[in-house]
Amino acid sequence: MIAELGHYLLILALFTALAQGLFPAIAIATDKDVQSFSEAMKNARLRGVYKYGALIFIALQVGFRFIQKSMQRYVSNAQAVSFVERAAKLQFCLLALSFAALTATFIASDFSVKLAASHSHSMKPFLYKISGVWGNHEGSILLWTLMLSLYGALIPVFGKHLPPTLKARAIGIQGLLAFGFLAFILFTSNPFERLNPVPSDGLGLNPLLQDPGLAIHPPMLYMGYVGFSVAFSFSIAALIEGKVDAIWAQWLRPWVLAAWSFLTLGIMLGSLWAYYELGWGGWWMWDPVENVSFMPWLAGTALLHSIMVLGTRHKLANWTVLLGICAFSLSLIGTFVVRSGVLVSVHSFATDPARGVFILILLMISTGSALTLYALRAKTLKGPGGFEPVSREGGLILNNLLLATACATVFIGTFYPLFMDAMTGDKISVGKPYFDLTFAPIMSLLLIFMAAAPLLKWKKDSLQKLKTLALFALPLGGIITAAAAIFGKSVLGGIGLALAAYLAIGTLIAFARKTQNFKNLRSQPAGTYGFVLAHLGVAIFTAGAVIMSVWADDDIGRLKIGEKLQVSGYDYTLVDVAPGARENYQFLGAKVDVSKNGRAIKTLSTEQRFYPVRNMVTSEAGFHFTMGPTVFAAISEGNVQDGWIVRANYHPYVTWIWLGALLMSLAGFISLFDRRLRYTKETA
Amino acid sequence: MRALLPLGLFILIGLAFAIGLTKDPRQISSELINQPFPAFSLTELYDETQIITEETVKGQVSLINVFGSWCVACNVEHPVLMDIAKGEQVHLIGMDWRDERSKAKRWLAKRGNPYKTIIFDDESVLAITLGVTGAPESFITDKSGQIRYKHVGVITPQIWRETLLPIIKALEEE
Repeated sequence: MIAELGHYLLILALFTALAQGLFPAIAIATDKDVQSFSEAMKNARLRGVYKYGALIFIALQVGFRFIQKSMQRYVSNAQAVSFVERAAKLQFCLLALSFAALTATFIASDFSVKLAASHSHSMKPFLYKISGVWGNHEGSILLWTLMLSLYGALIPVFGKHLPPTLKARAIGIQGLLAFGFLAFILFTSNPFERLNPVPSDGLGLNPLLQDPGLAIHPPMLYMGYVGFSVAFSFSIAALIEGKVDAIWAQWLRPWVLAAWSFLTLGIMLGSLWAYYELGWGGWWMWDPVENVSFMPWLAGTALLHSIMVLGTRHKLANWTVLLGICAFSLSLIGTFVVRSGVLVSVHSFATDPARGVFILILLMISTGSALTLYALRAKTLKGPGGFEPVSREGGLILNNLLLATACATVFIGTFYPLFMDAMTGDKISVGKPYFDLTFAPIMSLLLIFMAAAPLLKWKKDSLQKLKTLALFALPLGGIITAAAAIFGKSVLGGIGLALAAYLAIGTLIAFARKTQNFKNLRSQPAGTYGFVLAHLGVAIFTAGAVIMSVWADDDIGRLKIGEKLQVSGYDYTLVDVAPGARENYQFLGAKVDVSKNGRAIKTLSTEQRFYPVRNMVTSEAGFHFTMGPTVFAAISEGNVQDGWIVRANYHPYVTWIWLGALLMSLAGFISLFDRRLRYTKETA
Repeated sequence: MRALLPLGLFILIGLAFAIGLTKDPRQISSELINQPFPAFSLTELYDETQIITEETVKGQVSLINVFGSWCVACNVEHPVLMDIAKGEQVHLIGMDWRDERSKAKRWLAKRGNPYKTIIFDDESVLAITLGVTGAPESFITDKSGQIRYKHVGVITPQIWRETLLPIIKALEEE
């Protein structure tokens, strides 16, 4: 019964979303619509070739106008706006209840529902019964759509002071997006499908997905992905209204910040999970599924900076709107790739090509029409005034160009195999070497400007401002590079570390200048702390990534009890191996003592687990995380006579990578509290 | 005019996606059954100078096993492969996928090497044409070098006895 209720609520949500999407288009008209329409007609008439197309277009437009006019006779703009707002909230409530219904079937282990039967199990721990709801295709798309409608419902809550028609249009676009995804759920991936006959027990969730990190990774990631839909909707609404100004940017900025922060956190959790759960010993694989979450991040980072320029300097309107469209489109592309399986990925947990077609159509319609609108209207969004190349705007534009280039690089690397296949039928693959080779130089360049740009003033400045930075950074960078070359035997590693140090120094100098040498710490807006933390986060992340890629080490060997492996001066001694069983799996547990120069550091516990329900074997590595060197060991198959296979890893400063990412994410959330982002009468 | 650029680019990308959907890499695997083993040219794991091509699988019934030192489940499968190699019932070819030479050699040194030849495919060149979805995965080819069977996942003693061995026996008779 509860499954049918959930299904019914989904259908109701579909129609609510449709009304939410169509109403603003019909009931709200501005003069701008009429004007730009007659302009477009004039252009169409001028080009005789398009005569017939133009005729049809005019006929459609006349019909639409007629409906619009008669609607407007009965419904005022204010009524229309409040209708749309209520529709958005109602749609969210319906979806939330539907999602609750699905969760209930998982908690109650109702295996007459196909989704619960194939992804849950009565013996599964409670937490994973819940996370099992989104550990599969149908449930995760439902979660995705739920968040989309959450953002739609939050716009009226926070946007009380927005121009009403702009707000209504944005909510309308949000409704159309939700309509598309709800149709996708109902037609291709119904989570409430029943199963007959009812199985006695469920198949269980993939054991790799039974992890607290993974339980919260998709919700965080989706909050980020879907958060960019607000930027998308407002970009389109602004294009329709023909007005992009500083208020628009200031209002949109917190949404972009929130989405970006969630996405950062989501990617970080994903990386951490892959690192300790999958046991590949890597924190980033340049795998297609990772790349498609990284591209919206790069576009979002560019958007975050360009929207700042638009909000304070009234420039880059065009570019910001385009980035707003791109960031969300890249999220859609990500969803398309993950759900359709067009690319070979080691992450493929749930794929179906038929669903890919539907998402591709959604993508083509939403992004295609957004970019068409952009092509028609971009001209009208010109900002006034210019600026000198040496200025903060100049630096931020460079930042945007580099981030866009980085994003394009990842895009090409990820989709090159697909493009080659489409054009020539050749199957090729682009791996880590391509990304390392292209991405590292772009990022190094970005780091160079990242440290300098915040030291420059808006509009016009001179390079003299960078003297302090050069004075501190050049000698220190030289020392670090020399030290790394001598002691670590790696010049490239040294340069990478020097860049990280240089960025940290630049950021601290900028902080010192803003606070008059750390005096006015309290009166600083939250945005300043956000900036400092985020940029320091990048510096810490860079240092960790550089050290890991240059100085990490590992070894693998067959050990009997008492034997040891040596990695980078650390001794890994196998001291104990014993079998056992827990909740829903059996395991072989081992204790590995780690010591350095005879000094004991930690006893690691590692397990090889066997999940009888799925007939799957997983390996749980034993970790000792520290802010310095992280050591871990993993046991796999073996016996008393020959010993067991033990893998020993030494990963120096790997934790800095996630710490840096965590700082960036935290910085984003802190910036949300900036009072400059709050609406005040004066800014209106 | 410049404003049209993003739209144009996007349409091209969308077209490529649409074509890409029709050429799903995962579908190839089933289409490959009863097809000749795809042409390839890769090096041997131990001998970088030795080039292996599709000729290797011709002339006798072969079992091509995809593995990697990073692959957890391969540890479980490995003893079974060692037994198969001891029985000399089939020409066993390894395909080391997404791996590093040194790690793979070390992995095999500790466990023993059941393979006659090992194709080293670190960049997924052959893996993609074969439609490999993960490791371990195994293919059986007949004497003419046609793919006749694909097994996804670990070869357990039971699967070997009851499924793979009978297929190999039947193919030997052909």
